[in-house]
Amino acid sequence: MLEVAEPRAVAGRAPDVFREGKWVPMRTYDDNEEVDFAIVGTGAGGGTLACKLAEAGFSVIAFDAGPFWRPLEDFVSDERDQGGLYWTDERITGGADPIELGSNNSGRGVGGSTVHYTMIALRWRPEWFQCRSKLGYGRDWPISFDELEPFYEEAEEALKISGPISYPWSRRRKRYPYRAHPVNAAGLVLARGCEAIGVQWSPLPLATLSAPRGMAHPCVYRGFCAYGCSTNAKQSVLVTFIPRALNAGAEVRDLAMVGKIEMGKDGKATGLTYHRGGAWRRQKAKHVVVAGYAIETPRLLLNSKCDQFRDGLANENGLVGTHLMTHSGPGVWGIMDEEVRCYKAPPCMAVTEHWNYDDSDKKDFRGGYAFMSQGPLPVGWAEAQAINRGMWGMKLRQEMTRYNHVAGLRIVGETEPQRHNRVEVADEKDQYGLPIPRVTFSYSENDRRLIEHSKGSMRAVLEGAGAKELWTDHDTSHLMGGCRMGDDPDDSVVDRDGRSWSIPNLWVCDGSLFPTSGGVNPSLTIQALACRMGDRISGMAKRGEL
Amino acid sequence: MSEFKTPFLTYDVLDKWDTPSWNDQTRAAVRQRLDDEPPRRFLSEEQWSLLEAIAARLMPQPEREEPVPIVPWIDDMLHRNAGPGYRYADMPPMREAWHQGLDAIAAEARNRHGKCFEELSPGDQDALLGDVQHNRVESRYWRDLPAGGFFLHLLLKQVVGIYYSHPAAWSEIGFGGPASPRGYARLGFDERDPWEAEEFDFEAEHA
Repeated sequence: MLEVAEPRAVAGRAPDVFREGKWVPMRTYDDNEEVDFAIVGTGAGGGTLACKLAEAGFSVIAFDAGPFWRPLEDFVSDERDQGGLYWTDERITGGADPIELGSNNSGRGVGGSTVHYTMIALRWRPEWFQCRSKLGYGRDWPISFDELEPFYEEAEEALKISGPISYPWSRRRKRYPYRAHPVNAAGLVLARGCEAIGVQWSPLPLATLSAPRGMAHPCVYRGFCAYGCSTNAKQSVLVTFIPRALNAGAEVRDLAMVGKIEMGKDGKATGLTYHRGGAWRRQKAKHVVVAGYAIETPRLLLNSKCDQFRDGLANENGLVGTHLMTHSGPGVWGIMDEEVRCYKAPPCMAVTEHWNYDDSDKKDFRGGYAFMSQGPLPVGWAEAQAINRGMWGMKLRQEMTRYNHVAGLRIVGETEPQRHNRVEVADEKDQYGLPIPRVTFSYSENDRRLIEHSKGSMRAVLEGAGAKELWTDHDTSHLMGGCRMGDDPDDSVVDRDGRSWSIPNLWVCDGSLFPTSGGVNPSLTIQALACRMGDRISGMAKRGEL
Repeated sequence: MSEFKTPFLTYDVLDKWDTPSWNDQTRAAVRQRLDDEPPRRFLSEEQWSLLEAIAARLMPQPEREEPVPIVPWIDDMLHRNAGPGYRYADMPPMREAWHQGLDAIAAEARNRHGKCFEELSPGDQDALLGDVQHNRVESRYWRDLPAGGFFLHLLLKQVVGIYYSHPAAWSEIGFGGPASPRGYARLGFDERDPWEAEEFDFEAEHA
């Protein structure tokens, strides 16, 4: 089993992710040394921001509850053995449509969920940032696409995104840094079906190398992307922003679970309490950034309640943890005459965003969805059939022999921000003695209409491609919201720069910032927001506004 | 349906053990799965024997003299309390749910047939499991545990997940298996690398 018992990033060195058994030098700080920024979480938000701030000259420590992997020697080509990549501490999930947590949408380890994400690197539809004003639904963000565009470009360059010569959606853009990958048969099913019904499709822009980069080889199409990349082709935060951050003088503390943000009498954060090496410790910091993603970030703010802040930090208006969103993810599956062998290459290689950009009255719902080709591996595929089709016994075993002919599509479907969908803390405690999170989620009527509509679209595409015996499952992906950004202190948790309205040296930098969910995977937008925050903070420091 | 038929007649994923499709860390992980069957540490002897009988219906392997082991790995998971990272709000904590659910299935069998589950015919066993799946159960045995939720999300998910983690299962469905460092070169429709499973076409053979 993938397990690391002791912290590796200690005594002035950190694991070298590019060389087996090797180390890179790492600057280390004393607990009593007041660093400029203590960042909680090292994923798409925290890891990216740690790099930006360290490169701007700030002293930075980034904490992660999980291990510091060396993918080349730690990662196994196996679904079950890679279970250690996910956040598996106990959480309660409820509501009318409880969200599956764990491997579905969380990471534990340096690099966070980007270690096991499927590398889809899509920009948002520009109008979504002002979807209330421009499209008549949801809520406007405090920033525009124009403000974020240079940071999308920065993130794409940092990850050497492999993409098509021209991508049909979002705004016209310059060429992707690396050429597109060849589309696998699973993706060609989507392509063929879209062409049959007259809908545009595209190869997906992906954060996996199509040509060598430094010490990393191009992708070898082994297909285990959702279980960690053992060749470093995947441009996770672990192998991109983290090495840069270390090189710029940041410290990374692995296997360090942050339990509480410490507050001073002046109402400002003074640092944090964290558990590492079997003991609770305190780190002083001038600023604290919470980047634990949409469940752990609100949980830490709520668990940091104290006499001054009885409802938790940054929670004067009661919004911390609220307006949690996921992406709805119904899938449609069928059997092809041809061999598809969807286990080869990245699981998602082709996309249509047609229904993200269609504003016609043919849609009976607000918002949008994209759908991608799929590549489940045997355990995931068998579990999906068992749970969604209630199939077991010899019937299931026989059905599984058609695995190589299976093709499927799944949406990333926008859901609406609703106040009662939220993260709270329960009375029950985890292994650190910290109250565990309780997540409540129910779809809105509009969410349900979107889901039904998408099933029809996916069926049409699969039938157009020649798939037979179609069936539908239900799933979700990603988490967003819980500490939304805004321009109104009464109606948001943090401002346009991720800075808490009530505690000036407390910041949030992850997917929990999202006021709305959009209809594409969130990681690139989280990384663009983190790049922007890095620049904004540097600018504020120069102007004396920190 | 009681006979199993696979179109992958000659393929054994373990033939790739010493090829560039497998690396040392993967060999070590799969070797442990094949050789180190964990001992009973969490379930009672009665629960273990009941779960063996249930697993034999959920994932039957009548053609194998030595079936792919499933129960030892469920017991191991429960012993380590290695849950999936969440539990549904209407379910008790994982370990309690397993004790409660298995004991309830045992009680259902005694109540309906006056025998223990293991002694029932395969048909009666399947009928009982189907009733559990669809919540047609005596609530006094299940108390606060949703029978259908236990069946799908804990019992069936574990049995199926463990079975399809085994190389024998990969071989019978024609899955390429471990693929690091070599990966694959041919990605299109009906394209197969020489180190992938060849599918036997029963219909063409028949014609």
